[in-house]
Amino acid sequence: MAPIIPIYEISQELNFLIAFIIGIGFGFALEQAGFSSSRKLAGMFYGYDTTVLKVFFTAAIVAMLGLLFLNHWELIDMSIIYVNEYYINSAIIGGVIMGVGFIIGGFCPGTSVCAAAIGKLDAMAYLGGALIGIFLFGETYPLWKDIYMKNYLGGIKLSTTLGISDGLLIFLIIAAATLMFWVGEWAEKKFRRSDISKEL
Amino acid sequence: MNPYLAGVILGLVLLLSFYLTGRGLGASGAMKSVVVTGVEVVAHEKAATSDFYGKYLEGESSPMKNWLVFQVLGVLVGGFLSGALAGRLSLKTEHAPGITSRKRMLMAILGGALFGFGSQFGRGCTSGAALSGMATLSLAGFVTMIAIFGTAYLFAYFFRKNWI
Repeated sequence: MAPIIPIYEISQELNFLIAFIIGIGFGFALEQAGFSSSRKLAGMFYGYDTTVLKVFFTAAIVAMLGLLFLNHWELIDMSIIYVNEYYINSAIIGGVIMGVGFIIGGFCPGTSVCAAAIGKLDAMAYLGGALIGIFLFGETYPLWKDIYMKNYLGGIKLSTTLGISDGLLIFLIIAAATLMFWVGEWAEKKFRRSDISKEL
Repeated sequence: MNPYLAGVILGLVLLLSFYLTGRGLGASGAMKSVVVTGVEVVAHEKAATSDFYGKYLEGESSPMKNWLVFQVLGVLVGGFLSGALAGRLSLKTEHAPGITSRKRMLMAILGGALFGFGSQFGRGCTSGAALSGMATLSLAGFVTMIAIFGTAYLFAYFFRKNWI
């Protein structure tokens, strides 16, 4: 029965080794996708390269379907799977600030680690910036605490909010993603920038 | 690599993480551990009594002995291995021809600072909140994903010279 580590009380050393190995897979997949390039990531927002859209939604759908089937076959105890807790205000405010950071900085934290690993100096600068940003949040936390904790809805699922089954929601997401992939392929032709794509 | 294939591999790594640990992937959480440790070393008293840092210092072990810290060390190794196999290892600053390297570096620091700040406000970044959150169908995951990508689209026009 999964999840293995919380159920079988694996030792901390083995747990950290597993974390390290999963991280290698994570970093390898991000780099293979081309996410070690900020101009490739930014292409998503100008249409000339929509790799981010394709990789992100394909990965989310694979994991969603995997969890759905593992649960269906009773191979995983979903009651101890972490579902992100929803605080309405902070999720939206945090997301908006991250969005501005994305278009200015060209990376998100995970991709910056991956790009720094292959020698991108701008990614190393971004990482330094991210530490500064986290430090600034920590230093100014009392100012935000109220809004950070406001409107707590718990670990609520989108399917519950919509009043539909998990399976139907995943089906709808797959349909939406297929449409977006089609738009992405179209955009890459329409907004093609051979000069940039050649360099990436 | 074909982006859909890379997506399938990333999805399988994410699924493996849930299967083994009950949680998804992350990145900004490890950076928070670095910051909390730094503050703890420089200003022990202040860190212990702070509402923000204090909650990560309650245990006996260092905040660096954390699952996400080891996972992000793995990301460094995995990214390096992939880059080495693909022949992409080189020290360089990537930017559009219209801006200088210096400007790119300043924008990278500024963007990183905003993203780091926002990741604390939003309880996770693109990995931990958006991607892993969506995998469990959490409402928070979808809202964070739409807020990040929607905002980046809204502001894309103003920063176009940095990229195209």
